[in-house]
Amino acid sequence: MKDCNYDIVVVGGGPAGLAAAISAKKNGAEKVVVIERENRLGGILKQCIHAGFGLQYFGEELTGPEYAERFSVLAKENGIDFLLNTTAIEINEKTLICVNTDGVINISFGALVLAMGCRERTRANLMIPGSRPAGIYTAGTAQKLINIYGHRIGKEVVILGSGDIGMIMARRLSLGGAKVKAVIEIMPYLAGLVRNKIQCLDDFDIPLMLSHTVVDINGIDRVESVTVAPVDENRRPVMEKVETISCDTLLLSVGLIPENELTRSADVTLSGITKGAVVNQFKQTDKPYIFACGNVLHVNDLVDHVSHESEDAGKFAALYALGKLEQNNEIPVTPGDGVRYVCPQRIACENADVDLYFRTLIPGRQTTLTVLDDSGILITKKLIRTTPGTIEKLTIPADKVKKIKGKIVVCAEHKEVCI
Amino acid sequence: MIKTDVLIIGAGAVGCALARELSKYDINVTVCDKNDDVGGDASKSNSGLFSTSATMPVGTLECKLRTIAHSMMMNICKDLDVPVIECGSIAPILYPDQLETAKGLTEKAFLNGVYDYEILPAKDILEMEPTLNPEILGGIYSPRDKQANQFILVSAMAENAAENGVQFILDCKVMGMDVSNGKIHKVHTSKDDIEAKWVINAAGLYCDEISKMVDECDFTVHPRKGEFYVFSHDTPVKVSHIISSVPSPKTRGVLVIPTVDNNMLVGPTADDVEDKTDKKTTSEGLASIKAQALKMVPGLHFEDTITQFVGVRPARIPEGYDIRFSEKVKGFIGISGVRSTGLTASVGIAGYVVHGMKEAGLELNRKVGWKRTRKGIIRFADKTNEEKDALIKNDPLYGKIVCRCEQVTESEILQAIHRPVGAKTLDAVKRRVRAGMGRCQSGFCSPIVIEIIARELGIPEEDVRKRGEKAFMLDKQ
Repeated sequence: MKDCNYDIVVVGGGPAGLAAAISAKKNGAEKVVVIERENRLGGILKQCIHAGFGLQYFGEELTGPEYAERFSVLAKENGIDFLLNTTAIEINEKTLICVNTDGVINISFGALVLAMGCRERTRANLMIPGSRPAGIYTAGTAQKLINIYGHRIGKEVVILGSGDIGMIMARRLSLGGAKVKAVIEIMPYLAGLVRNKIQCLDDFDIPLMLSHTVVDINGIDRVESVTVAPVDENRRPVMEKVETISCDTLLLSVGLIPENELTRSADVTLSGITKGAVVNQFKQTDKPYIFACGNVLHVNDLVDHVSHESEDAGKFAALYALGKLEQNNEIPVTPGDGVRYVCPQRIACENADVDLYFRTLIPGRQTTLTVLDDSGILITKKLIRTTPGTIEKLTIPADKVKKIKGKIVVCAEHKEVCI
Repeated sequence: MIKTDVLIIGAGAVGCALARELSKYDINVTVCDKNDDVGGDASKSNSGLFSTSATMPVGTLECKLRTIAHSMMMNICKDLDVPVIECGSIAPILYPDQLETAKGLTEKAFLNGVYDYEILPAKDILEMEPTLNPEILGGIYSPRDKQANQFILVSAMAENAAENGVQFILDCKVMGMDVSNGKIHKVHTSKDDIEAKWVINAAGLYCDEISKMVDECDFTVHPRKGEFYVFSHDTPVKVSHIISSVPSPKTRGVLVIPTVDNNMLVGPTADDVEDKTDKKTTSEGLASIKAQALKMVPGLHFEDTITQFVGVRPARIPEGYDIRFSEKVKGFIGISGVRSTGLTASVGIAGYVVHGMKEAGLELNRKVGWKRTRKGIIRFADKTNEEKDALIKNDPLYGKIVCRCEQVTESEILQAIHRPVGAKTLDAVKRRVRAGMGRCQSGFCSPIVIEIIARELGIPEEDVRKRGEKAFMLDKQ
């Protein structure tokens, strides 16, 4: 077994890991290494060959691989080490245990940044009944097979779930010559971004069936059809109104789950809602030497947000490793009415701005977002419309952070609910 | 045309146990199966239990063979490197009327020679298995019930048989037989025709169809569907014993089963269906399992299930094991009525049939140098970090993790493909080494496994199948 030592170890060479590593270096960490299981950097962006990335971060529209490339180049220029084709398997106190074809490597660290991303929810998570033929793919797997491996996966496709990857794959499959027969969404509203509905479904005449779900999968060898039913207000299928759609492929775009199995080995507290670590504004978990960012922390809507958040994680991990991150009393941040979750879940009252990232519960118009503490409203913001598919951000300015009393609650109130 | 001394139709538990038993002797043995892999239909999708004969119908052939087999099984698993958990089983008594049933069952167990099948007080049962419903009135404890990975057992028997010279022909469906003058002249299959002195029908769910080919079928086989949930490793509430319902005359009920692979299985249903290929899970079936299981183990987290599946078991009418050396057609041996008990009983059935063949005049000379043991594929995930390092030093492909959820390496996948009776499909790889068996259900590893199978078998990726003949993973133009 090989032993080595780094100031900062970053697990994951996707957008979160790269941004964190670069930021750690810029903030004084000398030895920084990124552990990546695949043979190339970039993470999931490698397979996101469509445009739409970087509008916020770079002020221009890039494809996924282009966005990733900018960060890879920066990382290399900044003298960051990489261990490719290497899988992290366990965190043992302040040592990360990795394997690659050379053997087992024990890497001790000053601080660890978790940036492993997420996985896709499966058919089993939804308990969709029916047979188990070939031709059922999660949208991301399909995307990898098509964009990285150059395969065709099917001719006639039904997509369950209106998440962003599902809609982007509807367009990608159409461009590749497949017929996308429908995108089916159990909720009465879209799960992903509105711009993706316009660009990926409407422009290709792909019907979106809201308030519907798949109640049966048919076919013994390969998918032959799916049975679809409308759902009532309690999301229960109305079986009298089923219809069958013939297809050879069913794609699932039904949500993402932060990939926190490694995190569990370190006994870090996870949130039951985000399924990511519970952190403060430094992205620091309850094991003070472990930080988390990107989709392993909470599932993001835009990579631009991931980059910003991860830069914070890298910076504070570096400061921690250098002994410059002070530990203050922390106060809890909780979701109030109309809000599903807030990240971070606690904040240390420092003399600096604090960004709160959160998702609303239901879509609505003329939404008022409010941040309160025990003494009343700290900040408030009005938006024309909000959806749960979009991450909202509010910043508590430094002068107010110092004066916070009790706990923080974030609320969202719509004048008009859009269901 | 293939010529063989013995043709076994069906590579499930019974067929593979027979193949291994016959491989001890100096004769040609061939096994054919319509599927792409060994493991049959019922044998690969069940709960993997090795139970005692406690609740078996008294005095039946089934009871006798299962009792014999149960006592042999641990040795066989040791020889074949098949992991088994000796967890014992508990049937919690939930209602007063089950107390009478339980007493009756212990009497039956005594008659079946199972003396350690006992009713224990609620307090003792709850101490042994704190996850159980605290309201129970007591429970039946059966210490010798065990759990194994049923597929690993069946494939280990097949692998060992193949190493001892048995030929396996898969993707090979028996279509008909030339029978005249009380003799089978030829067996027609979807591949070559086969000429055999002995033809053994071990076709399980399809044994009625094979028996009809020699006009020796006075029974029917009906598919009985059993749905199961598989739980994730990290679900917070896990049982340490096999938890079974107190069986009623009608059904054995739902079980909550700890597995060697550290997943829990919860099921099955028992629904008689028409179609032998009906492997559909249903909302009703899954809901009924959940309701029954929660009565026994109230803390189960059903949101932690990583998959649900169906096993179809053969229900014979009339019921009961039937092993018959045909009087009408020389050399035809029919095995029918083998149900869920058959996983355990398989090795007993094999011994019984081979003895019968000797009595019927087959001269069997023991081979010199028969290989009794087989080593399993070393599982990277189970090893300590020092052992992992040593594995990689010896074979660098142990350092390439393909399935992240179950920590399965490329080396294990290559072994699964290249061993005797190896894997040719994604499901076959998954059953052998668990790639794709974890929380993401093959989302991350399937593109890589497709690539590996294509490369190793020298076929285009479009031809890689999930299973069977036509279940292509990609779009085959």
